[in-house]
Amino acid sequence: MMILTEMLSYPFLVRALIVGVLVSLCAALLGTSLVLKRYSMIGDGLSHVGFAALACAYPFGFSPLYISIPVCVAAAFFLLQLKESSRIKGDAATALMCSGALAVGVMVISLTTGMNTDVCNYMFGSILAMSSSDLYLSIVLSIAVLELYVLFFNRIFAVTFDETFAGATGVNVRLYNMVIAILTAVTVVLGMRMMGTLLISSLIVFPSLTAMRVARKFKATVILSAFLAVFCFLTGLVFSYLHAVPTGACIVVTNIILFLLFFIVEKVKEGRGCS
Amino acid sequence: MCLLQCKHVSFSYEGRPAVANLSFEVHEGDYLAIVGENGAGKSTLVKGLLRLKKPVEGSVIYGDRLRPDEIGYLPQQTQVQKDFPASVYEVVLSGCLNQMGHHVFFSKAQKNTARENMEILGISPLRERCYRDLSGGQQQRVLLARALCATRKILLLDEPVTGLDPVVSGNMYRIIRNLREEKKITIVMVSHDVEGAVREASHILHIAGRQMFFGTATDYRKSPAGKVFLGGGSS
Repeated sequence: MMILTEMLSYPFLVRALIVGVLVSLCAALLGTSLVLKRYSMIGDGLSHVGFAALACAYPFGFSPLYISIPVCVAAAFFLLQLKESSRIKGDAATALMCSGALAVGVMVISLTTGMNTDVCNYMFGSILAMSSSDLYLSIVLSIAVLELYVLFFNRIFAVTFDETFAGATGVNVRLYNMVIAILTAVTVVLGMRMMGTLLISSLIVFPSLTAMRVARKFKATVILSAFLAVFCFLTGLVFSYLHAVPTGACIVVTNIILFLLFFIVEKVKEGRGCS
Repeated sequence: MCLLQCKHVSFSYEGRPAVANLSFEVHEGDYLAIVGENGAGKSTLVKGLLRLKKPVEGSVIYGDRLRPDEIGYLPQQTQVQKDFPASVYEVVLSGCLNQMGHHVFFSKAQKNTARENMEILGISPLRERCYRDLSGGQQQRVLLARALCATRKILLLDEPVTGLDPVVSGNMYRIIRNLREEKKITIVMVSHDVEGAVREASHILHIAGRQMFFGTATDYRKSPAGKVFLGGGSS
């Protein structure tokens, strides 16, 4: 308790806490759909694109969020569309986009501002990255993501479980895929600076995979993964504060530990079921 | 009443022609089985009938009493569903989605529809079970209940008995027959199982890249195409 009050006396930690909890929630909710739709790598792809966008925005003095959100939305849309045109498969396209965008970002940075700690922060995340002007935008956007997710919950379930059936019975599949893409892009950009380009996809993938070890219903999976995400975020944040290690890495490590625990629980359950 | 009509219709699959020049009609109360070898264009045709695929030539016409959101569809199972955490009830209820309009949540009436359809297919006891833990036959019944939630008029079934053992297939055929007789639902079924199709259906459409036969099941047994496909006139 002492530690928490101490932590909350720093304004930047309060900002990080608020945005972190909201972003973790968004990522966990969307993550369940993305993992099940076999788009686990989309977070990685988008965050690298976001990195390139940030790198380009910097030298011109634009606010990074305003540039990277539209760019990432466009990229997400492009990635989710790929399934139908099958010349280049989704995973290959994601890999292309990842390395391509990273290369562009690094080039732009070294030609303009030069490699510095800022770049390092974007790669591995920094808790200090959240300015107070970003705070409001982040809060508004992540609440919007949460709200839209709840409103579209049944539709998101339908297009995740069976796109063909949904399409055949007259549901506008493209529209809801687009909704998922846009929400994901916004979430990735918001979470990127705290978690870092390299670690953001863990927020999307880990909580839902952990929840899927034990949950047997879609709604239960989503709710459990949301809880796990927030728990891991808070634990990671406290640990990183106590031991002065990067927050993003702490959150991921907490996620890994929980995943292993749940994995063991699942195996034990299965073992009992068989005997 | 004509529900569905195809006039000289052709579809392509990944740029190559899959089926060409099909002409047939489905009337209310019909039980049409579409048969043919692997790669004959059966699944492409189903996608076309569902308007998920545009014909390269000709047209698919829905009768005046059939709207696109009144079609029930039983697709082949996908890889995604094999590890999908969803309860039977959640899956069945998702079939009501096309009747939701702009509502955010399912209404009481829709939840009742889902419950009734689970009752019809005898899966009510499985309600809270996880879809991926069920047997193949049970999963197929869950998907059929979902398809029923989406329609009162016509069901398109894509390979409903593939991968099921003979006893379970027999049950599946009986369920489909009952739906047609008791609920007055028109059935269009794509099948590998020619014997079953000829036994169960009222009409047969035999395709092999083009139309080999269209007519009643009785005529099909006597037709040259049917005799060859059924193994030298096994009837």
